[in-house]
Amino acid sequence: MRLEPRGDAATSAWIIAPLMAIGASFAVAALLVMIGGASPFTVFAAVIKGALGSQFAVLETLTRATPLVFTGLAAAVAFRAKLWNIGGEAQFYAGAVMTAVLGTGAVQLPAPILLPLIMVAGALAGALLLLGPTWLKTKFGVDEVVTTLLLNFVMVLFVSMLLDGALKDPMGLGWPQSSKVIEAATLPKLVQGKRLHMGFVIAVIAAFGVWFINARTTLGFEMRAVGFNPRAARFAGMPINRVMAKTALLSGGLAALAGVSEVAGLKGNLTLDLSSGFGYTGIVVAMLAMLHPLGVVVAAIFVAAMFVGADAMSRSVGVPNYIANVMVATALLTMVSAMLFTRFRLRRS
Amino acid sequence: MEALDILTTATLWAAAVRIASPLIFATLGELICERAGVLNLGIEGIMTVGAFAGWVSVYHGADLWTGVAIAAVAGAVFGLLHGFLTVPMGLSQHVTGIGVTLLATSLTYYTYRLAFPEVTSPPKIETFAPLPIPGLSNIPFLGEAFFRQTPLTYLAFVSVLVVAYVLYRTPIGLAVRTVGENPAAVEAQGIDVTTLRLGAVAVGSAFMAVGGAFLTMSAFNSFYFDMVNGRGWICIALVVFGSWRPGKALLGAILFAAFDAYQLRLQQLAGAYLPYQVFLMLPYILSILALIAMSRRAGYPRALMIPYRKGER
Amino acid sequence: MPEMPQSEPGDVVLRLSGISKRFGPLLANDAISLELRRGEVLALLGENGAGKTTLMNILFGHYVADQGRIEAFGEPLPPASPKAALRRGIGMVHQHFTLADNLTVLDNIILGTEPLWRASSRHAEGRRKLAALSEAFGLSVRADARVADLSVGERQRVEILKALYRDARILILDEPTAVLTPQETEDLFATLQKLVGRGLAIIFISHKLGEVLSVSQRVVVLRQGKLVAERLTSETNRHELAELMVGREVPRPKVEPMTPGPAILELDQVTVGDANGGRALLQDVSLRLHGHEIVGVAGVSGNGQAMLAELLSGMVRPTLGTVSLFGDRVRRFDPARMVAYGIARIPEDRHAAGLIVDLSLEENLISARYREPPFSRLGLIDWKAVRHFAAGIIAGYDVRCPGPRAITRLLSGGNMQKLILGREMAGSPRLVLANQPARGLDIGAVGYIHEELLKARAEGAGILLISEDLDELLTLADRVVVMHRGRMSKAMARSEVTIRELGLMMAGHGLSDEVSDHAA
Repeated sequence: MRLEPRGDAATSAWIIAPLMAIGASFAVAALLVMIGGASPFTVFAAVIKGALGSQFAVLETLTRATPLVFTGLAAAVAFRAKLWNIGGEAQFYAGAVMTAVLGTGAVQLPAPILLPLIMVAGALAGALLLLGPTWLKTKFGVDEVVTTLLLNFVMVLFVSMLLDGALKDPMGLGWPQSSKVIEAATLPKLVQGKRLHMGFVIAVIAAFGVWFINARTTLGFEMRAVGFNPRAARFAGMPINRVMAKTALLSGGLAALAGVSEVAGLKGNLTLDLSSGFGYTGIVVAMLAMLHPLGVVVAAIFVAAMFVGADAMSRSVGVPNYIANVMVATALLTMVSAMLFTRFRLRRS
Repeated sequence: MEALDILTTATLWAAAVRIASPLIFATLGELICERAGVLNLGIEGIMTVGAFAGWVSVYHGADLWTGVAIAAVAGAVFGLLHGFLTVPMGLSQHVTGIGVTLLATSLTYYTYRLAFPEVTSPPKIETFAPLPIPGLSNIPFLGEAFFRQTPLTYLAFVSVLVVAYVLYRTPIGLAVRTVGENPAAVEAQGIDVTTLRLGAVAVGSAFMAVGGAFLTMSAFNSFYFDMVNGRGWICIALVVFGSWRPGKALLGAILFAAFDAYQLRLQQLAGAYLPYQVFLMLPYILSILALIAMSRRAGYPRALMIPYRKGER
Repeated sequence: MPEMPQSEPGDVVLRLSGISKRFGPLLANDAISLELRRGEVLALLGENGAGKTTLMNILFGHYVADQGRIEAFGEPLPPASPKAALRRGIGMVHQHFTLADNLTVLDNIILGTEPLWRASSRHAEGRRKLAALSEAFGLSVRADARVADLSVGERQRVEILKALYRDARILILDEPTAVLTPQETEDLFATLQKLVGRGLAIIFISHKLGEVLSVSQRVVVLRQGKLVAERLTSETNRHELAELMVGREVPRPKVEPMTPGPAILELDQVTVGDANGGRALLQDVSLRLHGHEIVGVAGVSGNGQAMLAELLSGMVRPTLGTVSLFGDRVRRFDPARMVAYGIARIPEDRHAAGLIVDLSLEENLISARYREPPFSRLGLIDWKAVRHFAAGIIAGYDVRCPGPRAITRLLSGGNMQKLILGREMAGSPRLVLANQPARGLDIGAVGYIHEELLKARAEGAGILLISEDLDELLTLADRVVVMHRGRMSKAMARSEVTIRELGLMMAGHGLSDEVSDHAA
């Protein structure tokens, strides 16, 4: 048996791959659930109900999807140019920190000016954070996977330090959290009384923005070319270091917007547990979407549904909610395997 | 200056050796994988699996060495998953590695929560006790630093010697070194590249898992979430820092651990001046600096991360 | 080149019967039968793509034949097993060396000769055996040298020793002289003579007629997968072999003599230093290239030609000296600048530098010009304009493909080269840098490319043709220079130079005392 390059670009594989990924993750989950002594049907029913079974559930899913769209876009943009940005966590917190710094009362401006300002500042913080490892990669050949990963740990410690000191909430009874953001720095809710906020709309707009960049602009063309073959791109005259820098700015900025969105739209303040692995989950979302920006929105909603549903299911049925993490990781590995078959086919040698 | 005096105490170096032990195992493991041409980013997850598997076996009555063996096997299994996806299937080693880490970690946490649903603090086990080596342990300074460690630590040092011997003085080690430089050279001798690489990844992953098991069975006596805490990624930097050679990797691990032990003690001294988080950040920052320093990449296995397709010439 | 002695061939040591192999729609080998005798050198002649390497890969066990049998030393050979082939005494020196650069010569040679599960390698024994072999066959190597530090000729010696170490009685050499100077080739032929003198049998794969004629006793010609002829070397000649190889009269392109035009490119004592402080990659190179002329750059690969190409492609900048284009001194060296000057660059490696094979054809066609109108405005690409342009090039240069939006990976090597040609030549460039433009292509594509270069020359362009194929250079070039160790000889008119002289210069004779001058 060996792999042989496909002559055609099989379009059916583009649909089969995500479906296989989802199917495999459900199969593995069912197995684990049975080992845990519960019935897969009960569990899946509870998951689906918890994710989509009521207006509350659907809104909760979309709320949970919001940061994942941003981090998913961040990963998709970077991976397309073969920039392995695993530092979504750190960039997320960079955006969150900026929001806490600018939005908790230090700056008094009306909302239409303050909110965009915070978004830009937050995005810039995340962008600059990724620029460092990217520069190390282009100048010294240092593998950006490890540097961005290590920075995640550094950043979380940095946030902890800020929350103990400079950003500590004076009325917080000693808990490590920041003050609440002021009214002018809060993203409005989309539905009265529920948690879904403007951040979701901004995320979807960002997805369209990325799609436009990829399909229609010279930058999108450059990112794609550099991702496939940096040497040939350079030979053709593309400024590859500048392209990588722009990619880093875009990717880091998007991941940081996730942090801005969570603080300004959902939680209202900066805490240590603000991210439940959004950066890493964003990578899975990007792969499930095959790095397509509009696919990222769909994949983010799907993954969010799994997590929200699993949380609800865990409360009612008792199976640990880590099942969602297992499903997501399985989906990632299956997805990458299935994508192989868009380029190769199996042949008896 | 009291800060510098700490460097000359035997307790510091004893702590350094202890802290280095999981790093030595995991770095050796990653080194074996990379020498064969496979970058294994599943290291963080595999260490978590090893930590849990070893600890939970002992909790259920196995003796300590059986626990270590079970951890090794569990690590090899996840290693084979990574190997199968990257070697015969040729998928991106970066993405697969991250996927394996996510899968291994989430499976571990799921199993843990399933086995211990109600528990707020995880149960403790009877770990490896320090085993002073008769005679050597009485040497002033060196005795206290190096020869009053637990058996797993001794195993770590012995492993360095064994791995170095196998890599440089046996035919199978030569084959592993060659397959990471030029797989075609190995194929031309009738040795199967896939089997060789899969074997190397399995063995390497077993080492990584034992490194994780050290945490729960020797350093501490229980399993916590986020226990591995980035050690896996640090070991990736250590492999580069050690130029893919076991001896230099050992040196790197000890230096790094010494620094870590030092910073812990410095915290107690300087805690009033600098927040403790700054000290905790230092290991990670140091790793990044080590990577930059070694960016010339002497000894980089030429075929690292390049999938080998038979018959493609 | 020395004549091989006509020794009496011994008994048949290898017999291939009816070997066939198909790769999808391509019939790479079609019922090939041949015999090899002890003590002889059999040449396997054919163009690129004729099926020679496939046949040898089947013999050596890398591939399995669909049909046919192999008998070695009277016994059938189990297929698909390099181990079985090695054990039977068949050794192969591949075209692309199978050496591990970071390991020592000894390591490379003993790999695979010991049981994998032996507890300890026998290094001392290996050293002794290696020394004995070196002595017997006159192939000296240092056992503890790192392969990365060896020259190409030395590496080939290691490859041959690898086979001899395994007691090979049949040695297959796949295009061994591609990377050697004429003098190193002579050394190789002398070695082969020694080997057959000691009873080995050798299969020599090549597409170079001159070498085949001087080294072999018998020639077997492959064409498009079939064995079309077998001749005794003493009874055939170049012309006949060329025709057999190609299947028809090979038309030589007509090169009209032309008066050179104004100077287009001027290199004045250009030096490009080595980043690590080693020997300079280009040393004191001076050249003047005019319109209406082709200057051929000869030399064994690795002597600075690649650096010359990099320089003119804008990928490196000179440490010393100046480069002038169309009379202007070039100050900034980057690829975009060179593109802006209107230099057509046909790179050596289609896959590494010339094309991004995962992109579509139209995307590759605008890879250098996407920032210019009409292809883009204010950062937005006009894909309709791109498609229109692409359709024109594809039609004009006869690129066989499913369409402009097809993925470039699907194209054959020849069509990829035509795509590159179309991209670079469509704008009637005044300076063409062609680096091994016809390498690895079939005769039809080669002819096409030569025609295009001559056309450009007729229209007034200056062409710098870098090629390892002396035949190609001497056919097309008006003047020739030779590169050796980063230095460039003075330009010689084609009519004034012989292959022998070029060969000597390629090996370094007479180059260091020549002062390069600007004689037109």
